[in-house]
Amino acid sequence: MAAADAAIEIDGLRKSYGRFEAVRGLSLHVRRGEIFAFLGPNGAGKTTTVEILEGFRKRDAGEVRVLGVDPEHADRAWRTRIGIVLQEGQAQPELTVRETLELWAAYYPGPRPIDETIALAGLEEKAGDRVGRLSGGQRRRLDVALALIGDPDLVFLDEPTTGFDPVARRAAWKVIAGLRELGKTVFLTTHYLDEAQELADRVAIVKGGVIVAEGAPRDLAGPGAQETEIAFVPPPGVALASMPGGPAATLGDDGRALLRTQMPTRLLAELCGWAAAQGVELERLEVSRPTLEDVYLELVEAPEATAEVAS
Amino acid sequence: MSDLPRALAQLKADLRIFRRNPAALFFTAILPVIFLVLFVGIFGNQRLAEYDGVRASTLYLPAFIALAVVSSAFVSLAMGFTRMRENGVLKRVRATPVPPWIVFAGRIGTSIVTAVLTTALLMAIGSLVFGVTLPTNALPGLLAALAVGTFAFCALGIAYTRVISNEESAPALTNAVVLPMYFISGVFVPFRQLPDGVQRIAELLPAQPFVDALRIAFDPHTTGAGLAGGDLLKLAIWGAAGLFFAVRFFGWTPRQQAG
Repeated sequence: MAAADAAIEIDGLRKSYGRFEAVRGLSLHVRRGEIFAFLGPNGAGKTTTVEILEGFRKRDAGEVRVLGVDPEHADRAWRTRIGIVLQEGQAQPELTVRETLELWAAYYPGPRPIDETIALAGLEEKAGDRVGRLSGGQRRRLDVALALIGDPDLVFLDEPTTGFDPVARRAAWKVIAGLRELGKTVFLTTHYLDEAQELADRVAIVKGGVIVAEGAPRDLAGPGAQETEIAFVPPPGVALASMPGGPAATLGDDGRALLRTQMPTRLLAELCGWAAAQGVELERLEVSRPTLEDVYLELVEAPEATAEVAS
Repeated sequence: MSDLPRALAQLKADLRIFRRNPAALFFTAILPVIFLVLFVGIFGNQRLAEYDGVRASTLYLPAFIALAVVSSAFVSLAMGFTRMRENGVLKRVRATPVPPWIVFAGRIGTSIVTAVLTTALLMAIGSLVFGVTLPTNALPGLLAALAVGTFAFCALGIAYTRVISNEESAPALTNAVVLPMYFISGVFVPFRQLPDGVQRIAELLPAQPFVDALRIAFDPHTTGAGLAGGDLLKLAIWGAAGLFFAVRFFGWTPRQQAG
């Protein structure tokens, strides 16, 4: 199974805490050079899986290879090739950003240049500031810089933008997208589905300790994902059924008619042509495709999801 | 690539962290000096007949050197490693290729440097201001006591992190063992004035043999090298026990979120 282009291979992974089975036969493959997002509700087995991949936890069963090595038997050479951003910050508050990176650069045999890494994380203006005085977002970016200082091949990012304001999130996204340009493999855990949609080449959704969906964000929903939704307020005094596509329309809570179609261009042309001919306006007209969030909520809120709740 | 430059980079960073931490600086480096000056100021520096005419400061100085070493070694390491464990520094560092001993070397090195500097400062003040005669023939005894004492209290400090479950309780839990031990080991109260039972208990703990070994080295009546064999042996046994527990039970991941 050791494909040369595989960064992470997981087959049949299992892990229990007492009687609670956190991970129950999870399988997953991540290719080198891709940004892979790992999604799922709290208690789904995400953190357990990531900590096994990072070498912090031992598994009960299954095969795990990270960069071709079993993380349980990781050596210094392997750790050199891995960068990690944990959920909590890991830097000492008394050191400055630059001093922290200088220390961490000494941990690795072939570190990246310090100034370049500071710039990559967008911390140029904070390089001389003590870590204890950074904002939450800046500390998180320092964590990313620390994950990159050793010039790793594979970077684990565990909820890298939690607690960020929208501007800081956009900045962090730029940093993460930049890792793709550097040829790094990124394993991203996140609660934000727009983040996964924006950044990830592929995503996997974990629920109840197993993968319930996997694929490119745009393909994830299966055939349903190909459908585009058109919404508008039906003109007053017009029977919906008499409009193009009308017979198949449903009426939404907000009073708008909803049409689902695999051929949005044609249906829109017909609708607009009809409206122009009738001399009416289609109020609050909107054309949208289902987002990853819609797919996620559908999967995660499916009945089985309520069966096990980790406490 | 050799690990020596890594260890030096770690020591440099840890010394910086110490220097920028006002509480650590005060308790390890400044407080022992304040104690020495206060004790001589309050109780005087007269020659004491019951101690063969030795000056009072000659009794205080080794006691506060012991206090300085215990602060630099035991207290700083117990609190420092607890903090690093609980805020995730240790967990994260363990995922880097740096060998664990370098993390310990940096902190222990910092403890040694602060212990040596504070001891030198105390000895300078004791000698220049209070006229304490510094050990000459008993210099080997002084150096041996400092070396074995620093080793023992470093090992015990690292081992003690096992007992401390979170950063907030670290100062209370370390002081809870250290302060009573000072009182029954002859640091603040002359050991001879303590009840017999208390003396017997103190002799089983690590601070009393440490203070005693240093006093012997500073005692002008000591002849020979001033090596207090029994005291040093007791200290070494405490150090070995501390080392064993430190190696065996040291925790790298935060206790608060273990699960």
